[in-house]
Amino acid sequence: MKVLIPSPLLSYTKERKVEATGATITELLADLDRQYPGLRFRVIDEQDRMRPHMRFFVNGEQVFGMTHLLSPHDEVLIVQALSGG
Amino acid sequence: MVRATKKSVTRKPEPAARARRAPRRRPLRRALVLVATRKGAWLYHGDATRRTWRVDGPHFLGHIVNHLVLDPRDGRTLLAAAKTGHLGPTIFRSTDLGRTWKEAARPPAFAKVPDGGKGRVVDHTFWLTPCHANEPNAWYAGTSPQGLFRSDDGGVTWEPFSVINDDPQYRAWMGSVQDGTPDGPKLHSIIVDPRDPAHLYMAMSGGGVHESVNGGRTFAPIVQGMEVVEGFDAGNIAFHDPHCVRLCPSNPDRLYQQNHCGIYRLDRPSKQWVRIGKSMPRRVGDIGFPIVVHPRDADTVWVFPMDGTTVWPRTSPDGKPSVYVTRNGGKRWQRLDSGLPTSQAWWTVKRQAMTADAQDPVGLYFGTTSGELWMSRDEGKRWTCIARHLPEIYAVEAAEV
Repeated sequence: MKVLIPSPLLSYTKERKVEATGATITELLADLDRQYPGLRFRVIDEQDRMRPHMRFFVNGEQVFGMTHLLSPHDEVLIVQALSGG
Repeated sequence: MVRATKKSVTRKPEPAARARRAPRRRPLRRALVLVATRKGAWLYHGDATRRTWRVDGPHFLGHIVNHLVLDPRDGRTLLAAAKTGHLGPTIFRSTDLGRTWKEAARPPAFAKVPDGGKGRVVDHTFWLTPCHANEPNAWYAGTSPQGLFRSDDGGVTWEPFSVINDDPQYRAWMGSVQDGTPDGPKLHSIIVDPRDPAHLYMAMSGGGVHESVNGGRTFAPIVQGMEVVEGFDAGNIAFHDPHCVRLCPSNPDRLYQQNHCGIYRLDRPSKQWVRIGKSMPRRVGDIGFPIVVHPRDADTVWVFPMDGTTVWPRTSPDGKPSVYVTRNGGKRWQRLDSGLPTSQAWWTVKRQAMTADAQDPVGLYFGTTSGELWMSRDEGKRWTCIARHLPEIYAVEAAEV
């Protein structure tokens, strides 16, 4: 599936749109980390929670759980929250 | 820090004599000052006389860099503790003095707790200490919230170190986010006894000063004599707030401490800290963040007092910044402000942002909360600003390369 990468993570992917696979957000992040080592820990903490200012959207809808189910034609958007600035 | 070097001899020996001589002369070494800030890191390369400086940076522009440290054992490996306002914490590593960087494969992170549990999360790595000289590539890291970590591969992978991260008693002493400093409670001042890699000290803000004599398997508090904020119980380790602890390289049985409540000295094997800040001028007080020890004289210490009255402005007292030095282990203090602003300078210096090199005379360096980098080539007699307009400076380290 297509994954849109926010600018703070371009140092890992070098491109805005990448391809990754996974049946859940957890699996998707594992695949992204396999392709771009280190990326996952910058957005997911050691307790497997999304970091406070990172947001995930699937087909335009925000999702909150790491177990959210994905299908190959979904489009996932990783966003750095505006967080007041 | 690395050792000072003697000046090179300029006369060239005859070829036969040169062949007999061993080892070869060490080249004249250059000063290197490592500056970590709220918005990135900078390296200042000085000449051997420490009079001219070449800036290299920014590195990691926009990253919050809490500490940038050169490995004194190889003289080329740099570790940087970094995060951004949004992205999680990591460690960057360079083996070519910052020309290229590679991220740690496994940065410091607390143990994962079972689903439904409330495990801790590293907000940032705050402090980096190379392990003993006989443990090449090994490093310690202190984090916020308080955690102790170790790497044995030059900073590539990190593991929780010692039992304190999950020990119920230590967790109680660490307190909660509400008990820590405004930007998070911290484990800092990780000190390795140069005589014994198994003898360690570390400090927590808050949570006291602690010692291990068994390589970190266990720690025990060492807080006798340390005062706490009025009205609190000094018998409760959680109420102790050491800001910075340093061990004297010339006498590893002596430690100095800048605390939330004064300046202290500890002479082992005693476990009793002595408040030597009582002899500071009353109008200045003995509150501050950093404390710097002389590389060769255990009686000489520098501090940078700040205003810790009323609401804790954390500025220089009266807007008149100054370093203070004692040359006799804290009996008397002398003001060292020549070259510094004489009024209306409302900055201060954070706990990692003041350091000394090992040259003779000793060079001193500090970075301000207003983004200025100051240095003295004569142990504080005269100060010069060598960089302005940097972001808020969090840490300054001096080395020679």
